[in-house]
Amino acid sequence: MLLSPGDLQAIWLTVRLAGVVTLILLLIGTPLAWWLARSKTWWKGPVGAVVALPLVLPPSVLGFYLLLIMGPNGPLGQFTQALGLGTLPFTFWGLVLASVFYSLPFMVQPLQTAFEGIGDRPLEVAATLRASPLDAFLTVAVPLALPGFLTASILTFAHTVGEFGVVLMIGGNLPGVTRVASVQIYDHVEAMEYLDAHRLSAVMLGFSFLVLLALYIWRPKPARGA
Amino acid sequence: MGSIQARFRLDWPGFTLDVDLELPARGVTALFGHSGSGKTTLLRCMAGLERAPQGQLTVLGEVWQDPQHWLPTHQRPLGYVFQEASLFPHLNVLGNLSYGLKRTAVAQRVNLDAAIELLGIAHLLERKPERLSGGERQRVSIARALAMSPRLLLMDEPLAALDLKRKQEILPYLERLHAELDIPVLYVSHSPDEVARLADYLVVMEAGGAVAAGPLTETMARTDLPIHLGEDAGVVLDAVVAERDTQWHLARVEFPDGSLWVRDAGHAIGDAVRVRILARDVSIALEPVHGISIQNGLPATVEKMAADHHPALALLRLKVGPSPVLARLTQRAAAGLDLKPGMAVWVQIKAVALIG
Repeated sequence: MLLSPGDLQAIWLTVRLAGVVTLILLLIGTPLAWWLARSKTWWKGPVGAVVALPLVLPPSVLGFYLLLIMGPNGPLGQFTQALGLGTLPFTFWGLVLASVFYSLPFMVQPLQTAFEGIGDRPLEVAATLRASPLDAFLTVAVPLALPGFLTASILTFAHTVGEFGVVLMIGGNLPGVTRVASVQIYDHVEAMEYLDAHRLSAVMLGFSFLVLLALYIWRPKPARGA
Repeated sequence: MGSIQARFRLDWPGFTLDVDLELPARGVTALFGHSGSGKTTLLRCMAGLERAPQGQLTVLGEVWQDPQHWLPTHQRPLGYVFQEASLFPHLNVLGNLSYGLKRTAVAQRVNLDAAIELLGIAHLLERKPERLSGGERQRVSIARALAMSPRLLLMDEPLAALDLKRKQEILPYLERLHAELDIPVLYVSHSPDEVARLADYLVVMEAGGAVAAGPLTETMARTDLPIHLGEDAGVVLDAVVAERDTQWHLARVEFPDGSLWVRDAGHAIGDAVRVRILARDVSIALEPVHGISIQNGLPATVEKMAADHHPALALLRLKVGPSPVLARLTQRAAAGLDLKPGMAVWVQIKAVALIG
């Protein structure tokens, strides 16, 4: 085996983290993207900007604030302590929460674009065919936005895999808990284990390339109203 | 039962819709007007796709909205045909047809079969919308609306997005609809030809208001309105095929106190037909004319004279028995013949179109 048990553990942790974050973001991001795509209030401007913040914010800044909020004296930290859960930093779920914020725009923006691309007409048609708004969303908007869901999920997954700064700030470097592949590579380099760093880096490079290749080659045409 | 009462007021920047209409409970009502006259907006208000806060809509005794209540679109028992067929691209034809049916409490499979039959789309059921022609798509979308057995059918220029050939393909289906359907239909159009073929009742819209409303024949014969119809001013008369001349391929159609020879379109004697006579195809003589190629000459009485859309032209409203006929002639000709209301004249009709 080329990869050490530590590397494999890091990869498995990375995959688990990215999978959980993608699932959570599908649940949170879909209604948020729908609202951003359909709402006409001035409100959606500021909300859209907040959603996009992680695109431009240094991960350390995001990590710093999240650390404060989740920490023992932060509002979320107090809440989790009151529930008897302890604090979130340096745990897997703390990492999940941070990644959800960090990858939010990668889920919301493709979905918002997909929903906007559908336009009003298919939903109006559904309404004239007796579909309630929720029914129309599930049976018309979601199927028509399916390419957007695929793009958003793949981007979110891949972006979470590629996280480093936020992980270091929130998760630290605990084997099997928060030591994801990118951190593992950092460790190898720090320890001058260049061969190990090469192997894991090559895996990450290959994975990233394949994901992007899949996105660019097999990009289903957005369904057009006929 | 009862009829359809619709009162809507909408204030948008640069556009105001303000209508108060009572429409018949049966047959096809055409909402006719130029683009921007508000006919589509009125239709969307009726469907609940636009929200007119103080609007009022009662359909066959059921209140769909008044200032206190507002039924959302999906709770109004209507069928809506959009200008573009707007089929769901992710469903095949049958999926599109069943979509509304599945969501209708009183749905009956028999209505779906009837709609498929009426629109002639039985051979298309497995196809995806992208594999249909424009005309086929629009037929499917009409069937989709009909399959739910709506209590009111709203059609927003269903032919406008199609070329002439596709229009000719669909019109016969719409005429069948007109003949066989038992529910009120509101049909938005800016085509006088479609209106003449399909409508029983006519509402003329202009700048967000209804400037005229009434039975088709009367409303089309109003001389104060034809400005809206321009070159297409004319009348539509209901007639019955009375005689066929097989040697010359002509048919004689009768209407009260008159009859006309038209091209034989294969109708059987006794069939009800519509004939359309454009004002520009009617000329006036003071006495019966002989030695003329025009085959249709009828005694008539001048009823009214009005200005037309050009200062050189006059629009004359005449009566052949109880039936109105419009004639367009130059003001000079009218003055030369000294035409006055009440005068007995002969109308020479150069062309009669048999429609439907």
